[in-house]
Amino acid sequence: MSEKTPVLSVRSLSVDYLGDRTVHAVRDVSLVVGRGEIVGLAGESGCGKSTFAYGVNQLLRPPALITGGEVVFHDRSGQDINVLELEKKDLRAYRWDKVSMVFQGAMNSLNPVTSIRSQMADVFTTHRPDMSRKDRLARSRELLELVGVDPGRLGSYAHELSGGMRQRVMIAMALALNPQLMIMDEPTTALDVVVQREILTEIMRLREELGFAVIFITHDLPMLLEISDRIAIMRAGQILELGTAEDIYFDAQNDYTRKLLTSFPSLTGERGDFIRGSASDRETAVI
Amino acid sequence: MTSEIINDSSAIREEGVDDLIRPREPTSSDGRLKRLLTKKFIIGAVVVLAIVLFGVVGPFFSQDPRAINNIGLTPPSSQHLLGTTQIGADILAQLAYSTRGSLIVGVSVAALTLFLSAFFGILGAYIGGVVDDAFSLFTNVMLVIPGLPLVIVIASYIQNKSVFLVIIVLALTGWAAGARVLRSQTLSVRNRDYVLASRVSGEKTWRVIAVEILPNLLPVMSSGFVFSTLGAILAEAGLSFVGIGATGALTWGTMLSDASNGQALLFGAWWWFAPPGILIAILGAGLSLINFSLDEVINPRLRVHKMPKTEKKVTAS
Amino acid sequence: MTTLQVKNLCKDFRLRSGMKTSILSAVKDVSFELVPGRTIALVGQSGSGKSTVARMIAQLERPTSGEILLDGKPAATRGGGLKRYREEVQMVFQDPFASLNAFHRVGHHLERPIILHKIASGREAVRAKAIELLERVQLTPGEDYIDRRPHELSGGQRQRVAIARALAPSPSVLIADEPVSMLDVSIRLGVLNLLADLQRSENLGVLYITHDLATARHFSDHLMVMYKGEVVEEGTPDDVILHPQAEFTRKLTMAAPEPARNERFLRAAKNYPPRTQGSTAVEDQPRGVA
Repeated sequence: MSEKTPVLSVRSLSVDYLGDRTVHAVRDVSLVVGRGEIVGLAGESGCGKSTFAYGVNQLLRPPALITGGEVVFHDRSGQDINVLELEKKDLRAYRWDKVSMVFQGAMNSLNPVTSIRSQMADVFTTHRPDMSRKDRLARSRELLELVGVDPGRLGSYAHELSGGMRQRVMIAMALALNPQLMIMDEPTTALDVVVQREILTEIMRLREELGFAVIFITHDLPMLLEISDRIAIMRAGQILELGTAEDIYFDAQNDYTRKLLTSFPSLTGERGDFIRGSASDRETAVI
Repeated sequence: MTSEIINDSSAIREEGVDDLIRPREPTSSDGRLKRLLTKKFIIGAVVVLAIVLFGVVGPFFSQDPRAINNIGLTPPSSQHLLGTTQIGADILAQLAYSTRGSLIVGVSVAALTLFLSAFFGILGAYIGGVVDDAFSLFTNVMLVIPGLPLVIVIASYIQNKSVFLVIIVLALTGWAAGARVLRSQTLSVRNRDYVLASRVSGEKTWRVIAVEILPNLLPVMSSGFVFSTLGAILAEAGLSFVGIGATGALTWGTMLSDASNGQALLFGAWWWFAPPGILIAILGAGLSLINFSLDEVINPRLRVHKMPKTEKKVTAS
Repeated sequence: MTTLQVKNLCKDFRLRSGMKTSILSAVKDVSFELVPGRTIALVGQSGSGKSTVARMIAQLERPTSGEILLDGKPAATRGGGLKRYREEVQMVFQDPFASLNAFHRVGHHLERPIILHKIASGREAVRAKAIELLERVQLTPGEDYIDRRPHELSGGQRQRVAIARALAPSPSVLIADEPVSMLDVSIRLGVLNLLADLQRSENLGVLYITHDLATARHFSDHLMVMYKGEVVEEGTPDDVILHPQAEFTRKLTMAAPEPARNERFLRAAKNYPPRTQGSTAVEDQPRGVA
């Protein structure tokens, strides 16, 4: 994947949470995301993976503070954008236009009192002011179709849609401006396994079709292994290991990575770290 | 619009991030206590304590507030530090006794209100079913009975209204709102896992309420207590001012009422009406400050995250 | 030796929205028998009714119909009978951050059931028993933990305290409602292994409720899959997971992430030495027993 042209380069990013005692949430993290690549960011709660994603998009607010590093976005046009130096208007334009985000609770961040249609139209009125009303509607329908939601649901309100559908709508909104990078922070964690699988399949297909890159953040390593090109394992604000999904799965170098891998018992394979067997081999189990 | 939506959601998430990065916020009593001690709270507490002290100790050192003297209306002097009323009574003495009177009304009403609202709110919500339905119906009926007309009705029946009667009426008309707040709080607390777990452990109902639920309602209850103290003092002052308060009692309301009847404004006798007015205002401000800080402890979202002053240095380095 | 039997358990919830009332059948006709030393896994997605089953067995919710029998006798629902029932049937809740009262110290949570069920009496004896319970869930030394407040503990430590609390009356049946789903992945196995250990040493009957098929497979002797309030399939874990019959079970097993059966990893396996393969990289384990 490394031969691909990069879309985002992060160099030694550091983020602190200032407080009674300062917490170094992200420490000197560097990561290059190739065009069209899915990079998985795996780690447990508090490892700084979300903070990193927010830092990249300049979405952090006090008491979080970026204390060092550089984030460069390599635009399709060949222009390089220094993200951390963007100011209000440019930053807003950059955010949804070049890089969009889907959050874990995103399905709950839909406005309950306006219809899906007007919320999707808002994206265009903000970022594409010269688009006509008709075009906006057409594009919204097209987007819903793209993520597998019946365009007839445009007039629906958030509470009329299931969790999986709402998350699809959020993905549609994130796709609205044809971004080059999507940051997804636990987008399926709150969903059931079956729905999660559907959404993942959808994301993979869309990536294939539209060619955007994804930074996918989750604690669920087996899921990440299946969808990512490369995976970064994060702990205590640092990237411990970065490699292709295959390398991580078969040839993990770091002890913590191996521990994470063994933390997920295999559904169909062998027992791994699990001391309790089925009733028949209980006697042989190692305590 | 959209960017606003995005910003909003990021704000929501940031709390989540926060949660992950730091060990969870201390929610225990000592953690809460530490968070309570803000500048706001300290100023409020000092003001309120000073007034309480004045009300408790003042009367022992002052003159007879009802002594009539034929010097009549006089401005402050070394004899009478805050001057005298139309009939020559010492205003400082009246103020000390009135402070005591108003505070007694406020605290008693608040205590009664708290008891009633806790009884109907917490018990109803915890037991649920028919009891809850009956209790909330009663609460809602009480909620819509307006206090002032009720007092006027009572006043027209009873000629000599004692302070005690005023306290009862104010408490009876004032507890319903608190009961509703406590009911909704209890409804959310009673299904929390730790309450269920204590039931599974075999705890009896009263113990679950007293030991597991009540401590978690304390912040709400203390905020309610402060609020109803203030409300009762103001209500009593209002009643007394329009002349339907307790007969023969001394409170800030009766002082203001006397001042108004004695045409203090006409004579420019500011020393008569200003002191009780100022005390009411200061006590109100103090209690409100305490209430604000209690609210912030209950609802951390009200707290404003201030950037530490070291910010600039950090960015520069 | 106490056997818990559940017969035709049903639960309807009455939903009121405005003037309309509708009935939601959360649990329909669930039956099973839990004998000491055995674990039954109840697998389902959110809203499948699996937690309602747990709550009914823990007597936090009344069944609409059906029976809960302890050693063949109907479970008492109040008074001394309920107390004796609670001595036998205990529960561990999902969220260790919510199941301990932030207002009280760790000791309170353990000492109360010890006093209530008269396991020990006298301040010192009760405290000693609480410390012993803490050490049984591997929070050693117990003295270090007993006076702490819940917020001073990590999620895994809290869940251990919650398990210790459930063990206090020496129950014979333990209901574990998603005991690890709120915990960080790297500590999940530790907690599950602890539960398995305790089950063996105390000869507990365990009802393990989860949405995760993989842990259910390794942690249970019998697996039941719930969908929309009904048990759609049951059997030995390997039968159900490796040869699912019901449509829903099939969907569930296909949806679970599993690199081991993913084509991409099967293909790539050739390029790596076999020694370090994925989640089976533990040397001292006998291979292929399951």
